[in-house]
Amino acid sequence: MSFAELYHALSDTSSTSEKVRLLSEHFRTAAPADLAAAVYVLRGGKVERALSSKQLRELCAEVSGLPLWLIDESYQIVGDLAETIAKLVTGGESTESNSLARWTEMLQPLRQLPLDERKREVAQAWRQMLEHERLVFNKLLTGGLRIGVSRGLVNKALAAAVGVEESLIAQRLLSNRDPATMSLERLREPLHSESDLSPYPFCLAHPIEGGPAALGSPEEWLAEWKWDGIRAQIVKRAGAVAIWSRGEELVSESFPELVELARCLPDGTVLDGEIVALRGGEAADFALLQQRLNRKRLSAALLASIPVGFIAYDILECASADQREAPLGERRQRLQEIVCKLSAANRALRLSEAVPFSSWQHLDELRQAARERGAEGVMIKALGSPYGVGRKRGAWWKWKANPLTVDGVLVYAQRGHGRRAGLYSDYTFAVWRDGDLVPFAKAYSGLTDAEIREVDAFVKRHTREKFGSVRTVEPRLVFEIAFEGIQPSRRHKAGVAVRFPRILRWRRDKPAEEADSVVSLLALASSVRASGREQT
Amino acid sequence: MTREPLLTVSPAGLYCPKAGVYLDPWQPVERALITHAHSDHARPGSKSYLCHHTTVPLLHARLGTSSGQVQGVQYGEETAINGVRFSFFPAGHVPGSAQILAESDGERWVFSGDYKTEDDGVSVPFEAVRCDVFISECTFGLPVFAWRPQTEVFAELHDWWKRNQSQGANSVVSAYALGKAQRLLGHIDRAGGRVLVHSAVWAMCEALGFDMSGLERASAETRAEGALVVVPPAVLGGSWLNRLAPYSLAALSGWMAIRGMRRRRGIEKGFVLSDHADFKGLTSAIRATGASRVLLTHGYTAPFAKWLTEQGVDASELGTSYGTDDGEEQ
Repeated sequence: MSFAELYHALSDTSSTSEKVRLLSEHFRTAAPADLAAAVYVLRGGKVERALSSKQLRELCAEVSGLPLWLIDESYQIVGDLAETIAKLVTGGESTESNSLARWTEMLQPLRQLPLDERKREVAQAWRQMLEHERLVFNKLLTGGLRIGVSRGLVNKALAAAVGVEESLIAQRLLSNRDPATMSLERLREPLHSESDLSPYPFCLAHPIEGGPAALGSPEEWLAEWKWDGIRAQIVKRAGAVAIWSRGEELVSESFPELVELARCLPDGTVLDGEIVALRGGEAADFALLQQRLNRKRLSAALLASIPVGFIAYDILECASADQREAPLGERRQRLQEIVCKLSAANRALRLSEAVPFSSWQHLDELRQAARERGAEGVMIKALGSPYGVGRKRGAWWKWKANPLTVDGVLVYAQRGHGRRAGLYSDYTFAVWRDGDLVPFAKAYSGLTDAEIREVDAFVKRHTREKFGSVRTVEPRLVFEIAFEGIQPSRRHKAGVAVRFPRILRWRRDKPAEEADSVVSLLALASSVRASGREQT
Repeated sequence: MTREPLLTVSPAGLYCPKAGVYLDPWQPVERALITHAHSDHARPGSKSYLCHHTTVPLLHARLGTSSGQVQGVQYGEETAINGVRFSFFPAGHVPGSAQILAESDGERWVFSGDYKTEDDGVSVPFEAVRCDVFISECTFGLPVFAWRPQTEVFAELHDWWKRNQSQGANSVVSAYALGKAQRLLGHIDRAGGRVLVHSAVWAMCEALGFDMSGLERASAETRAEGALVVVPPAVLGGSWLNRLAPYSLAALSGWMAIRGMRRRRGIEKGFVLSDHADFKGLTSAIRATGASRVLLTHGYTAPFAKWLTEQGVDASELGTSYGTDDGEEQ
């Protein structure tokens, strides 16, 4: 099965076991170069973009002989640029050159070429493919497969193909990052050289639906604040240091102060924790960290104005020994010893303090006040549990503070993508200011399929104006919008920027006149900030 | 002085002022001319209906007893009403489907209803009718809709059925009871295994006098393994299918061309097969009429009108209520 066929087979099935079967079959039979490329792209690896979306649409117009506006109209209905182009460029013929490795080899150096040569190469490639191949090729070209296959699933399939444990595969993949040398044989070889700086697979938490009452006695559980930063592991081995983010990206260069800190750790130590921005020495919310992450260059001024810290909550390796089988209670003791020795001298390192609580009811109250500490909620971890791999259920739970909410009016709608292709499913919401509606948030998620169809029908019947792909609609529908954070912003019309907005529910009971106003948004923003300041 | 248009949109539907009759009206009227029996084109409550004679029993079956009398005509047969001559021509959409030609004072207007240009083997094939004004559907009026020949699609469907059979699973195909279902039943190899037909599909087949040899009517007690089961889209999501487990579910529809739309409907296998013309089919049909003006009733009317205008055709949108339910294949 070619990679293009694998892609379509994967997207045609919703069964996880079938996906794993298809993947491991492909891994077993693919040529080494194709295997490496498949593992790379399936795990979310990207090919550098040779052409922008606009350049691709223009090229599609050129090749198909259709006007650009018709390409754009089609794209709005199909909801997927790769698929749209695959359909509009017709008359291709498949050739031998359509293997994944050949595609990535061809695409990787493309960026160095001048634009017209890039376009020529891509147009040429399109003509040597059938529609289903063109679609997958275009997916690579537009930056990602988005196929509903998680890294965990790839690891599982790879483990089955190689014949080793999943947790081992995850680690071996990290030290076999070079596609040029990867093979099933390499993945069969056990690791361990002294200079190995690979992290352990992260243990991920599940949201706790319906509260923690079902977890039983609170004494068996540890509560911590859920910090609002970047999950990371600090690895120190044989005098060398690496900082890995949860995406298994090496991020050492972005955090020089943490590299400094890591050098002071004893050799053979791996800490798990959260990188947070510090405001007045205290953990701040993600928005502040974001400001630092957005910069390409780290100036001395930036390092001084937005310092970062590492809040350690677990120890995975101590004195070069894997700690992951030890119960959490024991691991915390070891962690505490190491952190206490160091944190006196280095304020960037701190322990994620246990949050004492007497009952689940009590913890619920603490959770609701988490934002005042720059935290998102609380974590609940089983004291007797080993450190799990991936999103294993039962030991780690996250319990977020209830979101901030506002009732907004639907004012603009756009057609959606993927499963929502052709439906008006991307919305902009507004609140009132002096009798006018001011947009404040865009949200795509939160409605059921049936509700989306209903809103879609409303949009089509109550359109006021069309601007390209956007329609303004009669302001009649009210939705409760939830978000995780809010802060003043001059760049936004309403004067605030909200974080992770989503639709909580459709307020069919509320007329548009009774939706919230800018005043209530600003009040929310200042309440979150004011309480934050009390901390400092 | 410009003449009054021969056909125009009124609140009750597409109207011929000179004859005082409606074409596929969406509200009850005195006299309705009906292109075909899909529910967005043939609605109940009018006093009298005129349609192709194949459509007569379908209207009886679908509109119920409260609707008025139904009269059938042959393709090409003329009916004069207040000096306007109406005649029906094959539209190739579903059995009995017609385009309606209205002629008066040397002017010819054709209303297409729904149509496709490929011969489906069960409907009388589409016939282009020369006219001055062509009122056309454009359900699939975007170039991303390009159909493959049905023989290829049915060959693929056969392979899928065989594959399911070898795994002991039933093959459930969702297809509209009028048109798509007969097209499917007319093309599959009935000796290839048991072929079960849902009662709603069975009723349409009976009304059409369709050849049912080798087909079985599926009832609440039917158990099967490796059978092909033809069901209307309405049964998806209900419990009717439970007793046919394990089964693989497929849909036969033009919308299956778009992956997102297929995924949204929770359908594993989509066979791209439509009873509407694709983009090229629409464009060629419109050219073949020689019409100097084209009015678009439903589908992607705005972009398709713009495309036709750029091709030198005087085209504009006509607001209608067609394509709101099962005629649109949704």
